[in-house]
This record gives sequence, C-alpha cells and structure tokens, in this order.
Amino acid sequence: MASNVLSAAASASPSTSPVTDLLKGKGRLGSGNVGSLFIKDKGNPFLNSKSCGRISMAVAVNVSRFEAITMAPPDPILGVSEAFKADNDEKKLNLGVGAYRTEELQPYVLDVVKKAENLMLERGENKEYLPIEGLAAFNKVTAELLFGADSPVISEQRVATVQGLSGTGSLRLAAVLIERYFPGAKVLISSPTWGNHKNIFNDARVPWSEYRYYDPKTVGLDFEGMIEDIKAAPEGSFILLHGCAHNPTGIDPTPEQWEKIADVIQEKNHIPFFDVAYQGFASGSLDQDAASVRLFAARGMEIFVAQSYSKNLGLYSERIGAINVVCSSTDTAARVKSQLKRIARPMYSNPPIHGARIVANVVGDPALFDEWKAEMEMMAGRIKGVRQKLYDSLTSKDKSGKDWSFILKQIGMFSFTGLNKNQSDNMTNKWHVYMTKDGRISLAGLNLAKCEYLADAIIDSYHNVS
Amino acid sequence: MASKSFSSSSSSGCSPASDRRISVLARHLVAENALSSSPIYASPTSSANSVFAHIARGPEDPILGVTVAYNKDPSPVKLNLGVGAYRTEEGKPLVLNVVRKAEHMLVNDRSRVKEYLPIVGLADFNKLSAKLIFGADSPVIRENRITTVQCLSGTGSLRVGGEFLAKHYHQRTIYIPLPTWGNHPKVFTLAGLSVKTYRYYDPATRGLNFQGLMEDLGSAPSGAIILLHACAHNPTGVDPTPQQWEQIRRLMRSKALMPFFDSAYQGFASGSLDEDAQPVRMFAADGGELLVAQSYAKNMGLYGERVGALSIVCKDADVAGRVESQLKLVIRPMYSNPPIHGASIVAAILKDGNLYNEWTIELKAMADRIISMRKQLFDALRARGTPGDWSHIIKQIGMFTFTGLNSEQVAFMTREYHIYMTSDGRISMAGLSSKSVPHLADAIHAAVTRMK
Repeated sequence: MASNVLSAAASASPSTSPVTDLLKGKGRLGSGNVGSLFIKDKGNPFLNSKSCGRISMAVAVNVSRFEAITMAPPDPILGVSEAFKADNDEKKLNLGVGAYRTEELQPYVLDVVKKAENLMLERGENKEYLPIEGLAAFNKVTAELLFGADSPVISEQRVATVQGLSGTGSLRLAAVLIERYFPGAKVLISSPTWGNHKNIFNDARVPWSEYRYYDPKTVGLDFEGMIEDIKAAPEGSFILLHGCAHNPTGIDPTPEQWEKIADVIQEKNHIPFFDVAYQGFASGSLDQDAASVRLFAARGMEIFVAQSYSKNLGLYSERIGAINVVCSSTDTAARVKSQLKRIARPMYSNPPIHGARIVANVVGDPALFDEWKAEMEMMAGRIKGVRQKLYDSLTSKDKSGKDWSFILKQIGMFSFTGLNKNQSDNMTNKWHVYMTKDGRISLAGLNLAKCEYLADAIIDSYHNVS
Repeated sequence: MASKSFSSSSSSGCSPASDRRISVLARHLVAENALSSSPIYASPTSSANSVFAHIARGPEDPILGVTVAYNKDPSPVKLNLGVGAYRTEEGKPLVLNVVRKAEHMLVNDRSRVKEYLPIVGLADFNKLSAKLIFGADSPVIRENRITTVQCLSGTGSLRVGGEFLAKHYHQRTIYIPLPTWGNHPKVFTLAGLSVKTYRYYDPATRGLNFQGLMEDLGSAPSGAIILLHACAHNPTGVDPTPQQWEQIRRLMRSKALMPFFDSAYQGFASGSLDEDAQPVRMFAADGGELLVAQSYAKNMGLYGERVGALSIVCKDADVAGRVESQLKLVIRPMYSNPPIHGASIVAAILKDGNLYNEWTIELKAMADRIISMRKQLFDALRARGTPGDWSHIIKQIGMFTFTGLNSEQVAFMTREYHIYMTSDGRISMAGLSSKSVPHLADAIHAAVTRMK
C-alpha cells in the first residue's frame, strides 16, 4: 500500500508545486499540502499507476490510521464550563461543575492549604517517588478522618487504604478490583447518579444497573423503590451509595433509612460501596457527614469507600483521594491492599505527592485541622445561605403555589431542580445560566446577589417551557 | 441472623450466588466455636466469612520492591542501585534549583487557584512539551497535526495511549523490545493490547541485536504498533545509532508499523535535549503518524509529581482534533483530569528563557555525573582485573547499565555485599558515587570470580 501511495504521489501532475518540490527533494513529505493534493484530484489517487522514476525515500502512508475516528461529544459536566467560558453575556452564571465559589464568585484556595504549602516549601522536601500505595502519612490520616480515629476498623488495622487520583481514580481502582476478583458481580448505582460513575464501570468492564432513588413527584427519595431494587439484585452485588450530599440530587437518606439500607444489604450479602466526595461539605461537620459510613462499619460489614479532597479541601486539581476497603481481618486488608497496588502500577505507577502532603499536613496538625474545620463550616454555611435566599426568591416571585421547599431540604453543593432537558436548555439559551442537562445546579456557583435572577430564570423555564 | 438470611432468600439452589451463600453459611456453622474465643463486636465477620477470602497476597513489584528490601537492610555499606532515581555524589535525592525556583514562584503567586484542569491538562504545558520533544520549528507543530495531552508521567502516558489504540486502532498488537522496562507489558496488557516482543539485546556483544530487530519488525503484521525507546534504553542502555534508526524508520514506514516512543530520558542520556530527541524527530519529519509518551520524572527530577505528556502525531489537524476528543473519553473515567502542580512547574521552566537555560545546565550536570560514574566503574573493574569485557559499561548510555550479571550473581551481591539491584542485572548508575564505586567493583569482581 505504501508503494501505491508513493507512485501516486509521483505521478500526480508535475506542475503541482508540492509534489514538484517533493521530487526535487524540497518540501516535506506527507505535509498537509500533499494531502490536499488528493482532495483536489477528483480521481482515485491509488488507481493512477504511472510511476515517475525512482524515489528512494520511504514515504509515510498518506491516509491517516485514525481516519475512521469520530469526534466524541464533550463531557456533559466538564463541557459546561467550556461553554460558559465561550459566552460573552455579562449576566452569565456558571452553575455547572461542582467547584466552590466565594460570594464574589471567585475560586477559593483555603487559607490552611496556603499555610500547608508554605510549610512544605520551607521544609524543602524532596520529590522522590511515593510508594505505589501513596504517602503513608496521608493514608493514615485519611482513614482516621473517615472512620473516626478510635474506630475498631482502625485499631484492628482492618482497612486497606491506597491513595488514589481523587474520587474518580479511587473509584476506578475499586472497579478494577471488582472486575478481577468478583467476576460477573454487578454494581448498582442510584438513578440518577454522578454522570461519570457509569463511565468508570464501563471502562473497567463491570456490569451495572440502577436502583430507584429520585422521586420526581416528591422531589425527594423514593425509599421504597430503593429498598426493593437493592433486595431484588443478585446476592453479592455491590451497592454504590453516596456517603452524604448525593450528587446530583442533594437528597440524602435519614439516619433511620440508612439503618434499613444497611439491613437489606446485609440480608442479601451485598457489599456496600460508598462514594464520599463531600465529607464536611454537606452539613459543615466532618463527623456528621461520615455517619452513614460509620454506621455500616460499626456493624462489622466489609465496605468499599472512595474519598475525595477536591471539594472539602478545595484541592480540585491536585487530584487527591483514597480508596479504603474495610475487611474482616488485618491479614485480609493486607492482601487486598497488595492487589490494589497491582492495579495502580500499570495505570500510573505511583500517585502524585503534592496534594497528599497538603492533606497530611492539614489533617495531621491540630491547629491547622481546627482552622480547616472553621473554613469548611464557612463554605457549607455560605451554601446554606444561598439555598435560603433562592428559596425565598422563588416563593415570593412564583405565584403558582408550587412547593419549592426541596431547595431547603436538599443538602450539599447541588440541587436537583426538577427541570427537564428542554427547560435546562432554556436556562442556558435564554438566561445564560449554565447547568447540566439533568436539571442539576451547583449552588457553590451561586451568590446572594444572583438569587433573584436565578429565581426568575427557573420560574420562566419551569412554567413556560415544556 | 443466619437463619433470617437463609429463609429470606428466594433464589433457587443452582446459582453460583446461592452456592456461595450456602458455603458462607457452612463456614459460619463450622466457625461457631472459633468465634466464641474472639472479642465480641456487632455482627463480627471472621476471615473465613470475608468476601475477600479468595484474594491472595500480590507479590511486591520487582523494581520498586528492591527499594523496599534495601530500606530493611541495616548494613552501613548497603547500596541502592535499583530504581532509576538520580542521586547526588553524596547519595542524596536531588531537587533541581530551577525546580525550587519555579515552585517558589508558583506557591507565592496569590492569583493562582486550584481549579480543575481540563481533561487534557494544562494547555501551556502541553504546547511546551510538544515543542520540547519535536523541536520548536517542527512541521508537525506548524501544521497543527499533533494532539498533546498531559498524563501521569511516562506510565500514565503509555497507558492512555495504549487504551486509545486498543479502542480505536485496527491492529491491537504491540511489539516491545526484549528486554524492556518491567512495567511495559503490564501497562499494555491492561490497556487491552496483546503484547509481543522483538529481539533487541544481544548478550554476546552486550549491544544491539540489530539484525534480529530488523527481522522481527520485518515479520510483524502490517500496521502493528512498535514500542521504541527514544533514547537510553531501559534496562540495557543500548541505543541504535542514527544510521540504524534511519533503517528502522524506513522499514517501519514501508510496513505501516505504528511507532510508539517512550521518551523518559530526553536530555539525560547525552546531556543534550535536541540530540536525545533525534529518533523521534526523524520519524516526525517523514510526515507519518506516531505516538510519544514523555516523562519529566528524571530530566526535571519531578518523580513524585507525576508529570508527563502523550502526543499523537496525525495526518492532519482534523484527525488530531478527533483523536483528542477520544483521548478525553479514556482519561475521564480513569482520573477525570490530571494533577496541576508538576505540570505548572514544567511550564514555568520551559516558557522562561532564563529558567530554561538553567535547567539545561543542571540537566547536563546530571548526565555528566552519570557518564563519569560509568568511566570510574569501568576503570575500577579493569584495575581489579575482573574477568570479562566491561566496555559495555562505557558504551551504554543513560541511567542504567545492563551488567550482564545473572540472577545468581545478583543474589550473591545482595547477600554478601548489600548491593540492591534488579535481578536482570540492571544497575542504576545514578545511585553510584565516587565513594561507592570501589565497593560495587569489589562486589562485581567477587560475583564473577566466585559464581558462574
């Protein structure tokens, strides 16, 4: 095939300058110019068989090996920010990705993080490879933060903790472990859930199905549907649960409901798999937000928990998180950890140090830890404040009698507005409010000043668009 | 509780799940007595009841495991020649001055934030990385035919590239040289490619088996992917000459073999960034397509920051755009977007003329120290009259030397002389110093004379 291309290039019209240059030894082979030569010629270049002397250079094939690749659609969540950036309207509002913004709608680097980074600079630490499982100091504090430092799972060393690339990377490590050691086992994910969950399990080739979660009629939890679906799943399934501040709905089970969920999971010998991306961010309290995980751990269950420090420590781009596997014994935990390492090594060898050191410094130092708790209460407090203001704006402006109280009942960064795709499009196209098509808005991107504008947009989209 | 789970089940007896349930219950019953002696917690599960009971302990990674073993050794004369991380003459890890400078600038910059990077990473970093490997005036850059995405060092770049090829390329076999870095086969297998080898190292000459290489590439199926070490082949330190590279290039292009370069030592091998990039640039210049995985672990000493880039050179900009969109689909379910810190350091250094120059000087100093270690070790072995031809030590290039020692000799050196290295006989010259060369030479001498 290469030789056909070669002779085709040689036999094309000699007056065409790129090829003439080629033959004269000038110009570059396989440049865009030569490519366009084939477009200009209507005939099939491969049928043209005249050859023009010997050309001894081996020409690279002019047809791309990747020609058949189609343009992939933009990521439904991360693509929103890109669209927002491209919009020049001054009223625009980015309620897409869940990244915290200040009241001035600016990104926020926590003071404790800056302090930790300065400490790290002063110490002049080296940049050697971490072990495959990550920074030991980080792994220790992250498990303690999650389970509580005095939890038996910690004192009995029954948790396999491996530093992962934030929540996504930690979920992926677990997914690969599931595929390898629980072949055929299914993961049940909530309907709806974070858009990337299914991608992670698809790429790891883990089958998944959904359990009912969001009830559009009540804009609340379909608890009976959830329990039914978990019960109906084949025994030994993995049940993906959001530890707190469910994404995208903001709807969390009550403590009583968590107990019942744990009951049915134990009954069916399922394995609970928590995604904890908002510890501290939901209620403002680290311990309270970990209550669901700790409830399960206290029952002696074996559990997977993926953690992220993107939101609660504002370390988004540092990619810091962990996968924790609570096992029935120390030895089991050691074995599971060794297998998680075997998954990480061919993926990225060992994880990045910077974010891990920041977390270890903040969580490991009592003064910084207290400062962190205060900053987190401030962030969670600001979100609760905008929820209240948005609710007040909606109820005062909307005369239809629609119940907007779900805004106050939902918790965390996100609110599931109940807007459908067309209505969400109207939010963007008419009002320049950027959000995801499932009707999710990120309250972290809202401030008090814009609540009234947003209320107008929501009321318009809800009532005037179907 | 056990009876509740039994009676509430509605599945019939023949499914694997119910088999498992029954065996779990059986273990429950058998273990009843054992449980009475252990402390009581709510719903305790013993090892026997663990869902992970069937998971065996994985072996320690052979390369990183060397450091683990080294750390355990109390001997004062121990030497770590395992993993390829640069050490100073004092045996200490090194953070380049220019890296410290850049890091200070970044941390003290009040305007910097920690927002998510795009899926493809830091834009500046990507552009500058492409310039570094292809050359600022490269046609592939000018014609906008490349997509460059930030990845997690070399490993991450190889993995993302491999997964992309497994999904979108018509030929799912990759040929790797024999031997190669121990992690290569695992990376590509897990990426979904099937892995074959081509002859590379000739133990008889301790050099390149060029004929074998050409034969094996020649008999590879058309379109197959070929992994090439851009320079400073790991573990052998044996590189093709420029003339050999040209012959490899022609052969590969004539069979439409897809080059996938692993560039982990640009600037580290010869001391010159441009010289070490020649093989990649040779392929890029012929208009064909190729992949390159770049790592900044060694040449910028950014090991633990995990900074690297994957570049895919395509026929034209349109293809490159589509390829990039598909790379994002590989990355998003793996880790969403890459870490910012290391990439920011690299971008700061590459874009500033002064910092860049300082870097090239520090880089050359590292490369020179390694070349000096090679010379010293060679001289030391000659002085001891150690049997054999040790000239490969100074002919090979880069961080590693393939000593030619066998695994028994290596085990002997570890046992008797506390020398830690991989069992394939590879030593990291970066871990040597003028002070430790004599000890290593003694160890090699003893191993060669006392063991077969």
